[in-house]
Amino acid sequence: MSDFETETEIDDETGVETTGHDWDGIKELNNPLPRWWLWSFYISIVWGIGYVIAYPAWPMITGATQGMLGYSTRGEVASEIARFEDQNSALTSALSAVDLNTLGENAELNHFAVAGGAAVFRSHCSQCHGSGANGSKGYPNLLDDDWLWGGTIDQIAYSIKHGVRNEVDEDAHYSEMPAFGDMLEASEINQVVHHVRSITGLENDADLASLGQPLFMDNCSSCHGDNGKGDREIGAPNLTDAIWLYGGDVESLTQTISTSRFGVMPAWGMRLKVSEINAVAAYVHQLGGGE
Amino acid sequence: MSKSKTPQLFAAQVPIFPRRISGFYRNLKWWIMAVTLGIYYLTPWIRWDRGPALPDQAVLVDLAHRRFYFFWIEIWPHEFYFVAGLLIMAGLGLFLFTSALGRVWCGYACPQTVWTDLFILVERWIEGDRNARVRLWKGKWNIRKWRLRLVKWNVWLLISLATGGAWVFYFTDAPQLARDLFAFTAHPIAYGTIAVLTATTFLFGGFMREQVCIYMCPWPRIQGAMMDDDTLTVAYRDWRGEPRGKKRDATRGDCIDCMACVNVCPMGIDIREGQQMECITCALCIDACDEIMDKIDRPRGLIDYLALADEPEERAGKPPKPLWRHVLRLRTIIYTSLWSLIGIALIYALFIQSDIDMTVEPSRNPTFVTLSDGTVRNVYTLRLRNKLGESRQFQVSLTSMQNLQIQIEGAGGDTVTVAPDSSTMLRVYVTADSVNLAANLDQTDLRFWVEDVENGDRASRSSVFNGKGEK
Repeated sequence: MSDFETETEIDDETGVETTGHDWDGIKELNNPLPRWWLWSFYISIVWGIGYVIAYPAWPMITGATQGMLGYSTRGEVASEIARFEDQNSALTSALSAVDLNTLGENAELNHFAVAGGAAVFRSHCSQCHGSGANGSKGYPNLLDDDWLWGGTIDQIAYSIKHGVRNEVDEDAHYSEMPAFGDMLEASEINQVVHHVRSITGLENDADLASLGQPLFMDNCSSCHGDNGKGDREIGAPNLTDAIWLYGGDVESLTQTISTSRFGVMPAWGMRLKVSEINAVAAYVHQLGGGE
Repeated sequence: MSKSKTPQLFAAQVPIFPRRISGFYRNLKWWIMAVTLGIYYLTPWIRWDRGPALPDQAVLVDLAHRRFYFFWIEIWPHEFYFVAGLLIMAGLGLFLFTSALGRVWCGYACPQTVWTDLFILVERWIEGDRNARVRLWKGKWNIRKWRLRLVKWNVWLLISLATGGAWVFYFTDAPQLARDLFAFTAHPIAYGTIAVLTATTFLFGGFMREQVCIYMCPWPRIQGAMMDDDTLTVAYRDWRGEPRGKKRDATRGDCIDCMACVNVCPMGIDIREGQQMECITCALCIDACDEIMDKIDRPRGLIDYLALADEPEERAGKPPKPLWRHVLRLRTIIYTSLWSLIGIALIYALFIQSDIDMTVEPSRNPTFVTLSDGTVRNVYTLRLRNKLGESRQFQVSLTSMQNLQIQIEGAGGDTVTVAPDSSTMLRVYVTADSVNLAANLDQTDLRFWVEDVENGDRASRSSVFNGKGEK
């Protein structure tokens, strides 16, 4: 196989011929490999060249060579996604057309909707509502049983489709609480704060609370109701329950009443397909608070 | 000593023509071949009734449905530790046998050895014994040589096809697959697998043979670490045989240099040169030499299973240690103990295996939710497994030191139906009202129970309820 001339000898210890290679006195015994091994080595080189021609291989400045087969891992993923979409097309079209109130009766479709909805939620909703759907200050917790705009599956789907207080969808939920800092004295706001805490059963100053009661009736009850239980028609939160979107402590309530606060949610109907809206509505509805 | 020439770094394969031999070890190997090949080819065809919902194949690796069936045992993916345990036992068993008996696996039971043996049997049957085969190999490619070669290759190919074909039957219903295969309607993967295994069997059994053991297989190299001077291995009593020679007189040993041991060797080595990497301890040279010793009226065992530790005694003319003292030593006892411990653990695990099972995954994002009336709620994902072939009603409940309420999402009550041989996932809510101690403690222990409403089979898993942690 090799064409070079070299000095070989028979090793005294083993009786095996050396290759003649000598590195500082260290000599290599020549135990020849089988020839088929050499051929398998050549075949693997040929295979390697073929592979480089067939598949993306050489790195270039802006990418890599494409390969004759036009294969790419992205393409593989895309075709796999297309295959699954094709497989699920019957379920997807059924989900687009379904009456959400009867979704629970179709176990297969419901399972498909919840599983798909979870994926939509992770991609589009978790940024604000959290990956566990438990929200954070200013972003509603979707796990509890308290709903600003209603917790039936239809109401949830409407909220997702049209959003809240955005400027692009005419049908978006809309309400705005005034900033009472301009209308009431600081002492009056403090009285209202104590009244609100009293109707929720939180620690409060009874004298201040009783002074706040008429102020509440004059300024707040038109939206939040005489008893503070809120109104879902206009997204006015229930002030008597244990759930606070912006916090129920004196400092937070004072700031909320003084400057007013409200959140915004995009109209997902403009970005997602009907089937995706229905799926994510089904997912949110089964998180534990659905009505 | 020094000379100038071109060293040859690669060498052509030297053909080996093992001669036919009969004897104790040859018979033993025939039996082992019959049993192992029988097990391999026939196992997929054993039927086992598991009812209408499950396959009735005794041994089935159902990759599509992620089930492994072995007679009365059914293994689900979460019980894969059974397979891991069996593999570890197989490894330890190999260590045990190697330290006691050398490369006994290689010589008797390795598929490479068994199929090569079968291929050599076919070769001998068609082309004749060693001398005829050597003549044929040296002879010109005339009609007779072509005819013999083509017949031999075709028989090999049929055996290879049956070997590759048998493999796929382990992975799906064998009779149905057999019908599909012959009707050319089976899955392409089945044909592809058969093609690959047919090719490797044909090549490895027919042409590569000892090359696989010497150059491809890592096991021979690992085995060196497991053998010591007490290991019983095939060896030549050179103190009895040397000096060898054809002429028989008082100055010579028992070896008459007849080359019988070399001629029968499937690895093409001379055992008289001592232990060698190539030797698979198939013991055919023992049979060959014993036959010669009988003929020249000398005692058997010039080539024999022996322990190198006995050499000094034997040279001094003393009797060697009894075999059991070589086999029973600390090393083999440790391997046997480890092997048995894992075996006992697996059998125990098999007995406590239940056909109702549950896992509980508490939701930790968030750890708890406060509801509008102050109630604290935790969410758990329960997976209920029904390992029977019929659908069953499972009732879910919990026990705890505190008064906790349980509710299943989407279910009217506390009972759910689980389909045969499948599992179902439940979203389960556990609540503690605002004045409950559990709502205000950091953590409260609880235990979920699942019970078959009909026969009372049940299983439980403990978990934790998270409260607000204010007390």
